[in-house]
Formats: sequence, structure tokens, C-alpha cells
Amino acid sequence: MTSAPTGAAPPAVPVADERLANIGLWARLMRRPEVGSLLGALIVCAFFWVTTDAFGTLSGIANWTDVASTIGIMAVAVALLMIGGEFDLSAGVMTGTTGLLMGLLTTEWGFSMWPAIVVTFAFAALVGFINGYMVIRTRLPSFIVTLATFFVLQGANLGVTKAITGTVRVAGLADVPGYESASKVFSDTFWSPHNFRLSVIWWIVIAAVATWVLSRTRAGNWIFAVGGDANAARNVGVPVARVKIALFMTTAMCAALVGIMIGLRLASVQAGQGVGEEFTYIIAAVVGGCLLTGGYGSAIGASLGALIVGMAFIGIQFSGWNTDWRFLFLGVILLLAVLVNNLVRQRAEGARR
Amino acid sequence: MTALLEVRGVSKFFGNVIALKDVSVSVGAGEVTCVLGDNGAGKSSFIKILSGVHPHDEGELLVEGEERHFKSPREARELGIATVFQDLATVPLMSVWRNFFLGSEPMVGKGPLRRIDVRFAQRTMREEMRKMGIDVRDPDQPVGTLSGGERQAVAIARAVYFGAKVLILDEPTSALGVKQSGVVLRYIVQARERGVGVIFITHNPHHAYPVGDRFVILNRGRLVGDWRRGEISRDDLVRNMSGGAELDQLTHELERQLEGT
Repeated sequence: MTSAPTGAAPPAVPVADERLANIGLWARLMRRPEVGSLLGALIVCAFFWVTTDAFGTLSGIANWTDVASTIGIMAVAVALLMIGGEFDLSAGVMTGTTGLLMGLLTTEWGFSMWPAIVVTFAFAALVGFINGYMVIRTRLPSFIVTLATFFVLQGANLGVTKAITGTVRVAGLADVPGYESASKVFSDTFWSPHNFRLSVIWWIVIAAVATWVLSRTRAGNWIFAVGGDANAARNVGVPVARVKIALFMTTAMCAALVGIMIGLRLASVQAGQGVGEEFTYIIAAVVGGCLLTGGYGSAIGASLGALIVGMAFIGIQFSGWNTDWRFLFLGVILLLAVLVNNLVRQRAEGARR
Repeated sequence: MTALLEVRGVSKFFGNVIALKDVSVSVGAGEVTCVLGDNGAGKSSFIKILSGVHPHDEGELLVEGEERHFKSPREARELGIATVFQDLATVPLMSVWRNFFLGSEPMVGKGPLRRIDVRFAQRTMREEMRKMGIDVRDPDQPVGTLSGGERQAVAIARAVYFGAKVLILDEPTSALGVKQSGVVLRYIVQARERGVGVIFITHNPHHAYPVGDRFVILNRGRLVGDWRRGEISRDDLVRNMSGGAELDQLTHELERQLEGT
């Protein structure tokens, strides 16, 4: 012991606790939050690959990665927020609000596309800030605060759109100057004739950045800490309020990104866009291993969760089943995921009380 | 020798409630001062003054002989006064090394590649924990899988590593079993031997007695006793702690009641 070089980590240290079993590869693997979702993704993928013809073709893949991508971008943001211990129920409707804002700015108020996009992101950041500030200030559960935001935005989406356009949609974005170049960035396709969506690339990049942030940066450490135990985090000097508000702003701005993508793709925005989607995002994050109680999860897991949802939506369509079945599927995988996550949590936290 | 941390005649009022009145306590380097008291004796108000959560209303607070008036916990921390709050010290779902460096992460790299120096953090954590007699084989192990005593040890080792001169421990043994309490007491002794001044707040005289160099007792916000090691026996400490005369009277009353039935 006396001459043991520090850092070499000799396995035989006298004070070793004999009750500690050796940690094998398996145990290490089981500690990763995304294991369950990886398994789930493989099963769902294999199932539809075998049972339908279109699912495994490149065009089919382009199809379900497209659906998964917009869900995935949001699921990653929502996962960060959930790891930070908060929810955002306004995340879904926010994609509609931001799309509508961009649409109104350009078609009604004379903005060209790029300035409108900048304003839209700024607006989303503001709404995210308000969400976060209210949660911190009132100390109410974010579930309640963002539920209020959800209804406020939903009402505003319908009310404002009807008042200005006389219909429940904003259309005509394709004629706005800058539409072409904005589309090239946000909503184009690549690899014809299969036509993969550019949003898939966005999703992969965002997931990669989020993974880097979570695992290797100070901000990531703080996100886990404020979600795991805000008091302990505060005691060691982590700026809890700032971290949480930043997470709400990130979520809202990702919603703006998705809202802009969808608006540009369709060249019009429905007033009801995004309503109900917030639960899809939360389900994707939970399926990806995020705990509903915060402090645990991963961006890769959330992406895999989104992939499962995307594959199921399109797989069900390819199978010729009624697409309403997808809700049943969502419910079932959510339940399964929560049960699995509970076990994981008990292993990590409750192993010795 | 000037004390590392000393309070002279401090008082704290919350409206018309006197939480602390005229309390004087000090701790020097390599010393353990035990602050004993029952629930409501003013222990938490006392900790909050020392750790900078609440400013004191009367009296003096001196750090290494210099008078201070803390405005925030951060200020106290910067002067080397670290407080380990019971149960609020670590994040259970985070790995040991992440907990160890939480809030003071070691960074490497520049610009967007600026990142936590994970290898340094893991190695340092293992070394520091080994100094406390704990071998953390797997740095990625969540803190929640450690025992209660080991979790306190992580918090103590962290505070010592980040240059704490004074360590304030808030009831570190109260939630632990007999054996685990012993483990924590050993860490207290280890911290003392490394030259740290320890203020050990507890309601358990049996835990205080073996490690303390000095014992003070708080009761109803006032200092009711102050002894050096060797000036008081364990039994007397227990008696004084439980309010001596009050205990005698309670025994008396209970006996009378039992006779009456």
C-alpha cells in the first residue's frame, strides 16, 4: 500500500469493502438510462421491418425518421428540462404559437422571412423565461404553471389567428421574401428520391450537443444537480434559479425551431398546431429513461424514445391499421417505461435507503 | 493562538422571538468544538449565523481574529468556513465524482471544447476519499448507493479538499445507525488531524464526548455550559445536556404518578 502509485487505482486496497461485488460490463450497462429504450427501439424496428414491406426501404426510413425528428428535437429539450426537475406542458402548443407568429409577421405585418425567424426565437426565449421565472418565484409545481401557459397560448393561437386572418390558419408563407433560403436551412430534403428531411440532421446535431453538455460540461453537471436535489445543489453554490430558467428557455426555443420547420415545410400554419404534442415529448423522454422526478436521464435516450414513437406512428400506418391505435401504443410504452425506470431508480437511489 | 472562528456574545432575534442570546463559542485549528442542545435550543440559528445564512443581530463574529459580518453563505465559504448540512449535502442520483466537484468543477480546454476534466476529477476524488479511509472502486457509482456515513464522508472530504479551515457539521450522525455514526466520528477525527477546526453540532452527548476538545451546551437560546475536554465526565455531560434539574424533577414526577396508580 505504501508505494502504491496514486491514480493507478490498484484493485487490492486494504480498505476495500468485501461486500462490494465487482462491477462488470453488464452492471455498467444497466446503469445507463438509455438501455431500455435501445432495446425497445430494436424490437419495434424489427417488428415493422418484418411485417411490412415499406418500412425497411430507404423511402420508408426517410418517412419515419422525419416523424421522429421533430418529436426528437423536442424530446431532447424536454429531457434536459426533466433532468433539471421540471416539466413544460406548453412545449407542444408553443410549436404552434411560434409558427403562427412567424406566419403573421411575414404575411400580415410585412416582415421578410429571416427577421421574422429572429423575432420568433426571441419571443420563444421570452415565453420560456416567463415560464421559468414564474416557477422559481411562485415555487408552484411547473406542471401547474406551464399548464396555465399552455391554455393561455392555445387560446391566443385561436383567438389572434381568427381575429387577424378570419380563418384558423395562416397561409401564404411561400410568397414571402426569404422563404427559399429559410427553407433551405430548416425544412429542405436531401438524398432524392428518398427525400430525407433536413430536420433529421438538426435532430442528430441537437442530440449530440445536448449529450456533450450533459456529460462533459459544468452546465450539464448543474442540470443533474438541480433536478436531483436542488437544496444540495444550492448549498455548494450552484445557481439553481438560473439553471432552471435557462432550461425553460431552451425548451421554448427548441419549440420555436420545430414550429418554424413545420411552418416552412407546409408554407402555412394551423391554429391548432402542436396541441397535445407535449405529452408525446414527455413520453419520448420517459421512454428514453428520464425519471419523472428529475435528476436522471439522457439526451440519447430521449432521442431513442422519439425514434420509437416515430417508428410506431409510421409502422402502424404502413401496416394498414387505423392510426388511432398509436395512442394506445403510446400509453402502453409509457407505462412499461415508467415501470422499468422505477426499478432503475431503486437500484441507484434506494439500494441502501 | 487566535481561534479560526469565534463568536462573542452573539444574539439573534426573529421578531419578538429570541432565538439566541449572548452566545460565545470558538474553535481553533485541529480542534473539535461540540455544540450540544435539544430540539429548539437554538442550534439551527447558531449554524445559520456561522454559515452566513442569517446575519447576527448582536455581538461579534471573528474569523482568524478579524471581525466579519456575513451577508451570504458564499462569503462564509470564501473565508474557508464550510457547512455540511444533514441530508442536504449530496445529490443521490449523481455519481460520487460529480458530487465531489459539484459547483467547483475542474475544467480543461478552450472555447466550445471547454469541458470538465473528468479524469482529474475521478482521480482526485478517489485520493481524497482514500485519505478518509474509503476506497471508491467505481467513481461513476451514484452517491445514493453509498451508506449514510459514506455520504457524509463525501461531503466532509469535499469541504476539506476545497480548503475548508472550519468545518461545521449539522447533526451528521442523527440519521445514522450506531455503526455508521462511529464511521462519521472517525472522519471528524481525521479532519481534525489534518488541521481543520470542526464545529460538531449534535443532540447526542455520547457522540460528542469521544471526539470533542470542547463542549458547549445550548438551551433555550442561551449558553448553559462550556467545558474543555477532561473538565467534565460523560455522565455529567449527559445530565447537563438533558437539563439536569429538569430531568430530576421529571423523574420525581413520574415516580409520584406511578405511586398514585
